[in-house]
Amino acid sequence: MMQPGSLILSTMTRLLLPLQLLFSVFMLLRGHDLPGGGFIAGLVASAGFILYLFAFGVAATQALLRIDPREIAGAGLTLAVLSALPALLYGDPVFTAQWWHPSLPLIGEIKLSSPLLFDIGVYLTVIGSMLTIVISLAEAEE
Amino acid sequence: MLAAVLSGFCLAALVPWLQPRLGARAGWLFALLPAGLTAYFATFLPAVAAGETFRVSYPWVPGLDLELAFYLDGLALLFALLISGIGALVTLYASDYLAGDARQPRFYVLILAFMASMLGLVLSDNLIALFIFWELTSITSYLLIGYDHEAAFARRAALQGLVVTVGGGLALLAGFLLLGTVGGSYTLTELLQHGEAIRAHDYYLPLLLLVLAGAFTKSAQVPFHFWLPNAMAAPTPVSAYLHSATMVKAGVYLLARLHPALGGTEAWILLCSLFGGVTMLTGAYLAVRSTGIKWVLAYSTVMALGTLTMLAGIGTEKAMIAFGAFLLGHSLYKGALFLVAGALDHEAGTKDILEMGGLRRAMPITAVLAAVSALSLAGLPPLFGFIGKELMLGAVLNAPFLAPLLTAMAVATGALVVAAAGAVAVRPFFGPPARTPKTPHEAPWGMLAGPALLSALSLLFGLAPGLPGEGLISATAASLAGEPVHAHLALWHGLNLPLALSALAVAAGVLLYSQWGRVRGAMNRLEALDARGPEAGYERLMAATTRLAERLTRILQNGYLRSYITTTVLTLVGLVGYTLLTRYEGGFAGGLDVRFYEWVIAGLLVAAALFACSTRSRLGAVASVGVVGFAVALFFILFSAPDLSITQILVETLTVILLVLVLFKLPDFMSFSTPRQRLRDGAVAGLLGVLVTALLLIAVHYQFAEPISAYHLAKSVPLAHGHNVVNVIIVDYRALDTLGEIFVVALAAIGVYAMIKYPGGPGHRTDEDESAV
Amino acid sequence: MEPLMAVLVGITFATAVYMMLRRSIVKLIIGLTLLSNAANLLFFTASGLTRGAPPIIPEGAEQPAGAVADPLPQALILTAIVISFGVLAFALVLIRKAYQVVQADDLDQMKDTDT
Repeated sequence: MMQPGSLILSTMTRLLLPLQLLFSVFMLLRGHDLPGGGFIAGLVASAGFILYLFAFGVAATQALLRIDPREIAGAGLTLAVLSALPALLYGDPVFTAQWWHPSLPLIGEIKLSSPLLFDIGVYLTVIGSMLTIVISLAEAEE
Repeated sequence: MLAAVLSGFCLAALVPWLQPRLGARAGWLFALLPAGLTAYFATFLPAVAAGETFRVSYPWVPGLDLELAFYLDGLALLFALLISGIGALVTLYASDYLAGDARQPRFYVLILAFMASMLGLVLSDNLIALFIFWELTSITSYLLIGYDHEAAFARRAALQGLVVTVGGGLALLAGFLLLGTVGGSYTLTELLQHGEAIRAHDYYLPLLLLVLAGAFTKSAQVPFHFWLPNAMAAPTPVSAYLHSATMVKAGVYLLARLHPALGGTEAWILLCSLFGGVTMLTGAYLAVRSTGIKWVLAYSTVMALGTLTMLAGIGTEKAMIAFGAFLLGHSLYKGALFLVAGALDHEAGTKDILEMGGLRRAMPITAVLAAVSALSLAGLPPLFGFIGKELMLGAVLNAPFLAPLLTAMAVATGALVVAAAGAVAVRPFFGPPARTPKTPHEAPWGMLAGPALLSALSLLFGLAPGLPGEGLISATAASLAGEPVHAHLALWHGLNLPLALSALAVAAGVLLYSQWGRVRGAMNRLEALDARGPEAGYERLMAATTRLAERLTRILQNGYLRSYITTTVLTLVGLVGYTLLTRYEGGFAGGLDVRFYEWVIAGLLVAAALFACSTRSRLGAVASVGVVGFAVALFFILFSAPDLSITQILVETLTVILLVLVLFKLPDFMSFSTPRQRLRDGAVAGLLGVLVTALLLIAVHYQFAEPISAYHLAKSVPLAHGHNVVNVIIVDYRALDTLGEIFVVALAAIGVYAMIKYPGGPGHRTDEDESAV
Repeated sequence: MEPLMAVLVGITFATAVYMMLRRSIVKLIIGLTLLSNAANLLFFTASGLTRGAPPIIPEGAEQPAGAVADPLPQALILTAIVISFGVLAFALVLIRKAYQVVQADDLDQMKDTDT
């Protein structure tokens, strides 16, 4: 089952993974207004990587990821905690949502907020945790 | 004043860092803090002597109306001075006594933390804060008794002291809560104003008994006296400080403090004076029976604590003045004697009086100091102990109840104490020379300073009794009385009955001491009674508790998961089901508006769940669990929860992947049960199912409060700029909650990782394994 | 609809507990999976069921149009689903480890190994 090599699967995966990752980012960003959000987007992205794992094996997946999934989870948690802090700068209680509307040249005004940072933290934590679980199990079974 | 209390804790926290940097003389520097505190409290003397009191308060938990309030009056000041003053001497003393001991930093940490707790205890104006400090002193005392933690007897003694005092502390807490409820406030100064209302209340007697239980255990009153001599396992400076001068007096302090609120009733007078009197006599008797110098001193402390309890019980003006004088006198001479005992142990190498003799040549200064303090202990003029004892006899003679009995006990005690004083100070120094384990020599001056100062004060206050008498003692008595008291202390009151009784006691005591060996022999014949004494009772109680715990553990924690589940489920079904059947009169949700396709999904879910239970194939079970999950996802989407549905489908996919990865490395489904067991388990599971269904029908039927989500929906766009309210709740309204949850997810992942990466278990231990821990 | 759902939840709970009462460790895992589904469904139903009105405020509007489903239980269940997956994975690996060490599929044989 963990034998990489099915031609259809590997070809499909090569095509699907970028799409899935793109889709997960889409789910993440639209989550505040439509179904989606960090948890769902994180699960979608994890599913993409797990598909890749089945197609190409553990080593290839680790090479693709470049960093250890535990570090992704750690970065996510750190980001989530940090997103609580901007409120302090404005004298609000911790975790009070802050909104910024910086305008960038060419792109125009963008919506940036501490809940969005928090949701990105959730997204990364979910990806990191799911991949840690599945990759270490797959590695043990190989 | 807050700084005065907290500084001890702060310094204690810094000790481990400071000690290595300051080296051997660290103790001298640490002693500066209590010395400075003594000076600080001394500045209050003139004002307090003039009848002023001080109160400061800081908000602590404003939501609970809890404040950190401190109150300084005569009683508190007397204690504060003793605590910080003797604290300074003991810290100084320990720098020589424990020189070279690797655990010395721990000693300083604990002694400073104890000092701060004790100061907090006597200065607190809030019952709850007082209680917290009270328990802190118990805990620091526990750690100090167990200082020599490698010795089994020290650990046992520490535990015994802790169990007795904390057990009493529990009663005290209940008493305080009652007192706070009855008196309408947890502020001491307010409670003291409402004494009459409290004493007239129905709950007066129970709350009095609870408070007394706390005070009596802490102050080692019979029958709880046994822990105090055992506490002598602590290093001698600790015994001098905690177990004679300060901590054990906390109970007595509490009696004195609450006297205006609770005292003066028949129950108070009888209980306190009887328990106190019996303790006094018992302590003196046991002191004469012992030959270990610290034990003699410990039992004479029990005697003093009994005396103080008795005086607090009698509660006449004379008794209150005697209380103050006796308290001060005892702390001075007992502190000195303990420090002398420590010096003997340190320089001569023994704690047994029978092994000592003729030490006055090798240790002349120690001998003089011991003699002075022992005279004060024996209650002989011109020392301050004499004045305290005369006042006590005068108070006992005029006690409102049981005066003849108490007087007889006091005289007998006086005689026994004279003999004990002889055993402590005459025999080791002036008795026939004996070979001690170490060649004796004079103690270093750091160890002499303490006893010298304390002995000098005993003598000074004896010669000039007005010095403490006019100010501090009067103010202390006023705290007990709740109104101004003027005490006139003098060495010579003329020829009167107390003096005659004193003379009688001294004569009897001298006689007893001259026959000490024979007296002890006679007493030892009664030792068999100990087997029925309170300490044996304590041992039996502890052993029985352990046995009960073992039996309960064997029954409850038997290692069978299904027995835990069965017990939990049956208890739940029994309690909730019984209540539902007998009490519930409301309705259940009705209205079976079900669409056709919903019936289909429901049927699918039930069929899959039942199939998972009955199949013998792992793959079948995994597949049917997947079907259950997807059916749930369909319900989510049908009933307006798209986010849930997506999440559920994704997680369900991952779950199946996970199960496939692991489950097939595990053995096949096995059937270990008989049909009978399966029937029984099925019944248990069925009962739970029925209960859950019933509860859910009720939960849907009622709505007790307006759901908070109305607010979430209304404010989601205007405040949180989000249209998907579920997501807004997750990342904004309840972000802190979500943060906790993603930590759980990450922890589970780390747990999985750790279990897979690090081999373990019997026979699998490797070096890598050790380093992983 | 709620009465039917209540019965479904009851049945799922019963099957979950029945599986957890088995001695076979693999069945315990199946029971755990069923239990988390049952608990989520219980919570979902208790807050009341609403057809076809997700708690999403239309673009441009400030308030939801008419009655919508309660969003709070949904938010709580969403995180619960992900957490229960984490816990399931943990339990699964724990059991896998226990099986490797003890070499027994019977929970009763495992009970004395923790001393």
